[in-house]
Amino acid sequence: MTKEEIIKPENLVYKKPTLMNDNPMHYCPGCSHGVVHKLIAEVIEEMGMENQTVGVSPVGCAVFAYNYLDIDWEEAAHGRAPAVATAIKRLWPNRLVFTYQGDGDLACIGTAETIHALNRGENITIIFINNAIYGMTGGQMAPTTLVGMKTATCPYGRDVTIHGYPLKMTEIAATLEGTAYVTRQSVHSVPAIRKAKKAIRKAFENSMNGKGSNLVEIVSTCNSGWKMTPVAANQWMEEHMFPFYPLGDLKDKE
Amino acid sequence: MAKIKGAVIVDKERCKGCNLCVVACPFNVLSLTAKEVNKKGYTFAQMAVEEACTGCASCATVCPDGCISVYKVKIQ
Ligand SMILES: Cc1ncc(C[n+]2csc(CCOP(=O)(O)OP(=O)(O)O)c2C)c(N)n1
Ligand code: SF4
Ligand code: SF4
Ligand code: SF4
Ligand SMILES: [Mg+2]
Repeated sequence: MTKEEIIKPENLVYKKPTLMNDNPMHYCPGCSHGVVHKLIAEVIEEMGMENQTVGVSPVGCAVFAYNYLDIDWEEAAHGRAPAVATAIKRLWPNRLVFTYQGDGDLACIGTAETIHALNRGENITIIFINNAIYGMTGGQMAPTTLVGMKTATCPYGRDVTIHGYPLKMTEIAATLEGTAYVTRQSVHSVPAIRKAKKAIRKAFENSMNGKGSNLVEIVSTCNSGWKMTPVAANQWMEEHMFPFYPLGDLKDKE
Repeated sequence: MAKIKGAVIVDKERCKGCNLCVVACPFNVLSLTAKEVNKKGYTFAQMAVEEACTGCASCATVCPDGCISVYKVKIQ
């Protein structure tokens, strides 16, 4: 059977999600952000919520997320996405509302907004892209940067005597009464991507069922900031990020 | 016995040559172009060993830019 005989509409088993438009994404080659965008689009499509979803995009590399997924979006000031999402969800309870935030946005400048929105049990989902660095601004140290990890602002490696310790926001979120589902996932392999998709689905459904707030951390790569190829960045993440940021559910209030 | 055959189409202009699909393919079907580049200047993924593709969609699943469409047939 030739390639031409196989490539027919009736044999199609995978394509770019319909909600992801044809605008070329500005992300660096191999960046985890794109994979997570696809999963969000697929879950919204599978839930039939294309016309009832509002995303809140951050300041960080995902600042232009609204250019790529054809749903409604609001762009928040740096770190303030959970506050903006709170307002949208309270005014429009029948909308699926989520924020999409990097670790600099969520775990640094937006720490207060994040913790309080989660603790209030707002019926939203926070998608937290943790690549342990400020990707957008050139690879500076973030609160999530690993001990010993080199960045533009800690070129000799993060030193706890000067920079303190990496912050585990997801562990903190799991202790808050308002959270329904708190999980840490990744998108470096096909099985991991499938699990991450299920987690996003569960979080989105919880938020529509009034169960409380949901946090889905995705341990991610920033191959440009880490100064590695995309393939090497995935390996580095498995070796160095996963021991400190272990994958799995931290809290699941049934 | 039924046999599964697959094929992929890579949107070559959308591809950024990140190599993640090449590494993810369990059957080493894909490779990046050696010299040829797209309009953005990236080498891009293409089917190098067409007959080995099973349409498993691993390549397309890991592609951050959604460049790959996958087709699959069962031959009775
Ligand atoms: C009020 C304010 N402070 C600082 C900045 C500079 N700034 C832009 S993005 C960013 C951090 C981005 O890191 P992260 O949230 O981890 O996103 P990534 O790019 O890694 O996905 C910072 C500090 C800004 N734009 N606005
Ligand atoms: S700088 Fe890092 S996070 Fe930003 S697009 Fe590039 S790889 Fe992705
Ligand atoms: S569909 Fe599967 S076998 Fe075919 S190229 Fe993609 S990963 Fe390889
Ligand atoms: S994963 Fe996507 S962007 Fe990367 S080389 Fe393959 S087709 Fe191109
Ligand atoms: Mg970051």
